[in-house]
Amino acid sequence: MSNRRDFMGIALGGFTAVLGGIPALYAMKRSWDPLPSVKAAGFTEVDVSAILENELVTEKWRGKPIFILKKSADMPQDDRDVVVGGARYHVSIGLCTHLGCIPAYFPGETKFKCACHGGEFDVSGKQTFGPPPKPLLIPPFKVNGNTIVLGEAGPEYLEMQKSGIA
Amino acid sequence: MKKELQILAVVVFFTAILYIGVEPFAHGKMHKHVDGEDFAYSELKANTKKGNAANGKTLVMGAGACTGCHGIEAIGHKAPMDATTAVGAYGVNPPDLSTAGAIYDAKFLANLIENPAHALKVEHKFDPAKGKMHPMTGFYGAGGDKAQEIADMVAYLQSIAPKEITPKQAYMDACGRCHANRYGKLTQLGETPKFKKETDALKHKVAVLEYQDKLKAYMGKLPPDLSMIIRARSADFLETFVENPQAQLEGTSMPRVGLTKEGFEKVKAYLTETGDPSKPAREAIGPWVLLFTVVFTILAYLWKKEKWRDH
Amino acid sequence: MAHFEKANSVQEWLDQRLAVTTVKKVMALEYWIPKNINFLWAMGMVLAVTFALLTISGIFLLMYYQPNVDTAFDSVNYTIMTEVGFGWLWRHIHGVAASVVFLVMYIHMFTGIYYGSYKKGREMIWISGMLLFVTFSAEAFSGYMLPWGQMSYWAGMVITNLFEGFSPDIAGGIMNAPGLVEWIRGDYVPGQAFLTRFFMLHVLLLPLAIMGLIGLHFAALRIPHVNNQDGEEIDYDEAAKLYKEGKTKESKVIPFQPVFLSKDVFVLGVYLIFFFYLVFYHFNFAMDPVNFDPADGLKTPAHIYPEWYFLWSYEILRPFPKDPGLIAFGFAQVAFFLLPFLDKSDTVAPANRRGLFKYWFWIMIVDMIVLTVMGKLPPTGIWNHIGLVAAVVFIALFVALPWVTKNENKA
Repeated sequence: MSNRRDFMGIALGGFTAVLGGIPALYAMKRSWDPLPSVKAAGFTEVDVSAILENELVTEKWRGKPIFILKKSADMPQDDRDVVVGGARYHVSIGLCTHLGCIPAYFPGETKFKCACHGGEFDVSGKQTFGPPPKPLLIPPFKVNGNTIVLGEAGPEYLEMQKSGIA
Repeated sequence: MKKELQILAVVVFFTAILYIGVEPFAHGKMHKHVDGEDFAYSELKANTKKGNAANGKTLVMGAGACTGCHGIEAIGHKAPMDATTAVGAYGVNPPDLSTAGAIYDAKFLANLIENPAHALKVEHKFDPAKGKMHPMTGFYGAGGDKAQEIADMVAYLQSIAPKEITPKQAYMDACGRCHANRYGKLTQLGETPKFKKETDALKHKVAVLEYQDKLKAYMGKLPPDLSMIIRARSADFLETFVENPQAQLEGTSMPRVGLTKEGFEKVKAYLTETGDPSKPAREAIGPWVLLFTVVFTILAYLWKKEKWRDH
Repeated sequence: MAHFEKANSVQEWLDQRLAVTTVKKVMALEYWIPKNINFLWAMGMVLAVTFALLTISGIFLLMYYQPNVDTAFDSVNYTIMTEVGFGWLWRHIHGVAASVVFLVMYIHMFTGIYYGSYKKGREMIWISGMLLFVTFSAEAFSGYMLPWGQMSYWAGMVITNLFEGFSPDIAGGIMNAPGLVEWIRGDYVPGQAFLTRFFMLHVLLLPLAIMGLIGLHFAALRIPHVNNQDGEEIDYDEAAKLYKEGKTKESKVIPFQPVFLSKDVFVLGVYLIFFFYLVFYHFNFAMDPVNFDPADGLKTPAHIYPEWYFLWSYEILRPFPKDPGLIAFGFAQVAFFLLPFLDKSDTVAPANRRGLFKYWFWIMIVDMIVLTVMGKLPPTGIWNHIGLVAAVVFIALFVALPWVTKNENKA
């Protein structure tokens, strides 16, 4: 066998890999992408006008639970609050930032307590006790009159992002 | 090399015979070819009068009695009954007439106004002698020259039709009252709205099913969903079928639609949207893939030549 | 524990544990192939690549296909064809490849018959190959059920009905097991149970069987070596020695890698041009319009027919009344397996040099084509007569083969 480099073989192999293999891999990657109908289902509208103070409402958004808690006057105000029609609401993704369990709300103590490992969050979603490393996450939202549209990034949400809250 | 080409010729020859026998030949024996007439509607009689749209409007709203059953959204006239009530009353939901002047053939419309069962080719179902009347009554005239009056009404319909009609609109108007298209999210009641509450969504589903039941009773069976029809039938079949259903399926309840050639092309475009939406991508990518295979073959040939040297 | 020394390179490390260099020599670099071959010898690689295309496209279809009678049709024709990125491409590749693989299999098979590559040491290659053909047939049939269109349903109905068995007056109703058809279907008619079990066959059991059989097929080929255009018995040791000495021109052999492989790859390239042309521009022969109507158990299509590659077999069944038809059909499935044993001649040579066998071969080819075309045509009038004659000719060919081959040199 000659020691000459197999130029044609390398050319053929290189051509096939680059101009055949890479587009094929791209097509395969695109087949794995979430479907357009799945991505389009990513918006939920919530009418908050009927929510009572200190009564946790849980909605669903992109398969996840969303906490909406109307704050009473004596609860501390926070930059994390969402203001709708003059009232202040705590809005967050209801998954503990430690390992993802759903914390329960205790209206008597006005705090969230996670049963899995004892983590606690205050009425503004900030972590106060236990293993959670971060406050409850705030989902993209937009205020539309008396409704909150989850999944759409409105001006208030963008502000929160700028200041590092969201 | 010469021998290999001879062998290739033999293989190609037998494959070709096999293919021709199984595909064009056998298919030709199974499905008789029907000659289309390019939507000429030659057996319908022509109306040679020049229509006056203004007079047509008076007739359509008045003596013509069109607006008694038909809505015309283009001029803000709502249909007197909702779809399900209408289908219960007449067996069929009278179409909105906004686009009728544009998508349907003028000669067809003139004949339809005068004798619906004849123009629609459903006289085998609706025979006045047997007491079976078509739900749309023919126009007997408003006291003047009937042919002129009909021409006026057609002219009016043509004048109010929008200039731009999307394929989806053409489909909904010409086919949608009987044929659902689930891939296009269309039922016989039109586009399905998004419901927040499950009870509302179910109520809508029930309304659709009730409509379909009444439609089935009128037609004999439920007209098929047309989502995939563009791939389930040949282009030839669809064109000749829409032009004259009796030519392809004798005895069918489907009426002749009366589309112009352009109207049909729009409907076909929508059917392609729902049934073969990858067509543009296929046609865009095909040439590149073939180019790749050709270059691959050339490089492979050069490699082969290199490897077989000194052998 | 065997003794292991420290290796001095990655190659040596692998050789100590997996004998990589020896394997490479045996399977590629010193796997000697005769020079005296033509492009038909590349059909094996064409089949392997087509099977790979089927497997890869199948993997992506499998991500989205739903084996449920209510959602199967739309999971294919809506989700995969319109929503999944490049889903239409996998579906077209899969459908076209499933049809073209049979064309290549028939070419591969008839090449073997023509050159006598089924006898004198190569019987196991032939038998494992025929087993592959049967398994691919089952794979194709089970796959066709999955889109759950009109043809899926009614082909499923008709073919499982075949197992109704013989009427009671033949051999005491042999095979007339009441409920056998229902047992196969898992239900009275093709329904959910039917769909999911054929899904299991198509996606798991049959592909495993095919991969095992391909391994057997390659193994069976290794010792007898590939045949050549003249059927010449080659002294591989002598030819290999010449080649390794550098006398590549005088040697009658070439190594599989890279020399035979390079020709394989070139033929593959030509095939892929043809294949992708069909995938993008001409696919109705493989994706029959009738199957774009969703399955309807209350409405039979005007024309039901199997895919083209089953038509010859179907036509042997059709012209006869029920029981003789089943016997003839059973015979047709087994006939090709028996080829090495029905052929009573010792000669390994191309058919055109085998006297009577030459005629036997070309009559068989024409007969198979006639059977295929008749199988597609409605069974009426003259087509029925031609079909009957062709079916009888098929049976007669195999019955006569022992006599033909015993006397082939006396022609």
